[in-house]
Amino acid sequence: MAIVELPDNVVITKLDALVSWCRKNSLWPMPFATACCGIELMATGASRHDVARFGAEVFRFSPRQCDLMIVAGRVVMKMLPVLQRIWLQMLDPKWCISMGACASTGGVFDTYSVVQGIDRFIPVDMYVPGCPPRPEQLIQAIIDLQAKIQAEGTIRGKEFLAPSRQQPKPALQP
Amino acid sequence: MEVPTAIWPVLLFVLCASAVAVALLLVAAVANPARTNPVKQMPYESGMDPIHDTRRQFHVRFHLLAIAFLVFDVELLFLYPWAVATRPAIAANTRELPPALPVTKTESAEEAVAVAEPGAGAEKGGTLGGASKTQPGHQAAATSRAVGIEAAVASGAIPSRDYAFWGAMVFVGLLALGLVYDWRKGIFQWR
Repeated sequence: MAIVELPDNVVITKLDALVSWCRKNSLWPMPFATACCGIELMATGASRHDVARFGAEVFRFSPRQCDLMIVAGRVVMKMLPVLQRIWLQMLDPKWCISMGACASTGGVFDTYSVVQGIDRFIPVDMYVPGCPPRPEQLIQAIIDLQAKIQAEGTIRGKEFLAPSRQQPKPALQP
Repeated sequence: MEVPTAIWPVLLFVLCASAVAVALLLVAAVANPARTNPVKQMPYESGMDPIHDTRRQFHVRFHLLAIAFLVFDVELLFLYPWAVATRPAIAANTRELPPALPVTKTESAEEAVAVAEPGAGAEKGGTLGGASKTQPGHQAAATSRAVGIEAAVASGAIPSRDYAFWGAMVFVGLLALGLVYDWRKGIFQWR
């Protein structure tokens, strides 16, 4: 097979990379803010930290328009069907950031009524530690998520069909 | 009546906007993983169970309320521009402008130039909404430029002043029927 020399000003890429580049720079978050992490989420969206620099400023309150679920705060068992339903109603492709200790692990609320980590019920892409995390940490999570989307994104969303995304991760056994 | 040439940019704008919208929808349809599930097809009620279907019949009292809204709100909304457009026309008949509308007088030198130049700012099919533009050749007096409905009549957009007047009267009459209907139904009684 002949090797064709490309001119210097021609760049070739895959369509997947182009689509992923578009998707990662226009994440529309769905704020699922249930506790004090929501305040930091608001600060992240406000002018000082300005998540608009990363293209993720368009907070929408309808899952029809969102592709990034940010769960900020603890989720109690009674709230869980709501969280799951909103997650299922969001459009594909979609990602999830678990913000703060409570959403990720249950945090200090080690009780029967608080979900000990939302990743038992919905797939999570990024975990943000902190109680609550600072806006910089959330922005770092968004940057990391963008890198992940760019690395493994496909135009048809094949990465979401991977077995690891089909089932939530099993809970850690003591 | 021929289409005014000033409308072409608007049509071009509508065409471009429609083309962009359709193109975006097409790109989304091609480049999106179309996955659905029964939950996604549900009405969105903030994650709660929907109480009922969205396409449900409304109570008839909302219909009466809608009529009242038309009579007292939308009627004013439409009649204000109509009244403003009609007023200088009355003054134009008497060749004397009302003092409350200084924009119809030739105040500055630039405006006088703009009036004197044929075609400057003069549009065919002048709008009803008080456009203070006139046709060249219809400047009978420098202090009394035809504006509003008078200009619309002069440019041929509407046949006559009676046309504008009776048009508004038909509108008011239809709304008066709604007012009578609401009155008979008794929604103006405080209960």
